[in-house]
Amino acid sequence: MIYLQLLWVFVKIGVLGFGGGYAMLSLIQHEVVDHYAWMSTTDFADMVAISQMTPGPISINLATYVGYTTAGFGGSLLASFALCLPSIIMVYFILKLFMSKKNNALMTNTLKGLKPAIAGLIFAAGLSMMNTQNFVDFGRGQYNISVIICVLAFVASYFFKANPILLIVLSGVVGFFAY
Amino acid sequence: MKKAFELFFSFFKIGAFTLGGGYAMLSMVEKAVVDQKKWIPNDEFWDMIAVVQSLPGVFAVNTALYVGHRVAGTKGAFAAMLGAIIPSITIILLLATVFREYRDQPVVERIFKGIRPCVVALILAPSLRMIKSAKVTWKTAIIPIATVFLIWWLKISPAYVILAAIAGSLIYALIIRRKTAKHGTQNSERVPEPAVPEAPRRVEGPEVSKSKSQKEEEAKP
Repeated sequence: MIYLQLLWVFVKIGVLGFGGGYAMLSLIQHEVVDHYAWMSTTDFADMVAISQMTPGPISINLATYVGYTTAGFGGSLLASFALCLPSIIMVYFILKLFMSKKNNALMTNTLKGLKPAIAGLIFAAGLSMMNTQNFVDFGRGQYNISVIICVLAFVASYFFKANPILLIVLSGVVGFFAY
Repeated sequence: MKKAFELFFSFFKIGAFTLGGGYAMLSMVEKAVVDQKKWIPNDEFWDMIAVVQSLPGVFAVNTALYVGHRVAGTKGAFAAMLGAIIPSITIILLLATVFREYRDQPVVERIFKGIRPCVVALILAPSLRMIKSAKVTWKTAIIPIATVFLIWWLKISPAYVILAAIAGSLIYALIIRRKTAKHGTQNSERVPEPAVPEAPRRVEGPEVSKSKSQKEEEAKP
C-alpha cells in the first residue's frame, strides 16, 4: 500500500513539476507533510537542508529521502524512479511533438504564464513552514534567534545571492552556540 | 554500447559533483557533450535545452534523457538518466541512514534548530526572485497572491492550482499564437519574443481561469 502511495505521489509530482526543484519541493511538502503526514514539518525542513547540501538534483534527493523514511531502501528506489517515469514517457512523445519551433513557442509562452503561479506556490511552501516547530524560540524569551537567522539568511540569499550551502552551515553553527 | 557507457559516466560525474541543482549542471553538460565528445552540435544542443526547460519533471533527468536519446537511442537515454540519478540516490541513502542514527543527539538537534529557519528563508528567497524575473506588475500580482491564498490559507492541493494555471496560460499562449499568426505571417517561426513584451497575463483560480484571461485579452488594444 505504501509503495502504491509513493508511486502515485511521485508520478504526480513528475507530471506537474513545472518550474524546477523548488516548485517540486512545494508539491512534495503538500503530499508528504499535509496530506499523508509521513513527516513532521521539522523533518521536512531537515530533509530540505540535507538535500540542499548534497550534490545532484534536489528533487531526486527529496524523493529518495522520502522513500527511504517511509518504506526503506525499496521505497527510496521506487520514489526516485516514479519521479523520473513521466519524463521517460515524455522523451518519446514530446520530442517529436515539440521540436517544431511553432509548438515550442507555444510551450515557452505557456510556461511564462505559469511562472507567477509557480512563484506563489513556492512562497506558500515557505510560509507554511513558518511555525513554532521550526522557529523554536519564537514568542519565548527576549531574543528570537530563529527569526534573526531567517531574516539574515533571506537578505543574504535574496539580495546578495549567497551560497545556500554556506548559509546552512553558518545557521547550523549559530544554532549550535545559541541553543 | 560503448556510447551508452560513456554517457553513463559523463552524467555520473555531473550528478556526483554539481551542487545547486539543474542550472548549475548545464555548463558541465555542455562541456562534456558538445565540446569534448562532440556528440551534438552547439546550436542543436541549445535548441534542445530550450525545449527541455519547458517540460515538467526533474531538469537534470530530462536533459540526460534527451541528450542520451539523441546520442544513442533508448539505451543511451537510460544510461544517461541512471548516471544522473545514481550518485544522488547513493549519497542520500548513506546520509539518511547516518542521520537517523544521530538525529536525537542533543548536539545535532541544536545544529538543526539553527538550520530550520534558514531553510525557510532559502525557500522564500527564490520565490520572490522568480516573481521579479517573471516581471509581475501590480495588475498581475493577483496571480501569485491568489496562489498563496489558495494553497496556504485554504489548503487546496498545489496540484489543482497548477492544473488551473496551466489551463489559463495555455489559453493565453494560444491567443498570442493566433494573433501573431494573423499579423506577421512571414515571420511566424520566431513568434514568441516580439509577441510578449511584458509579463504574460493569466489568471489563477479554478473557475475563472478561462473567461478572465480571455477578457483581459480583449481589453488589450
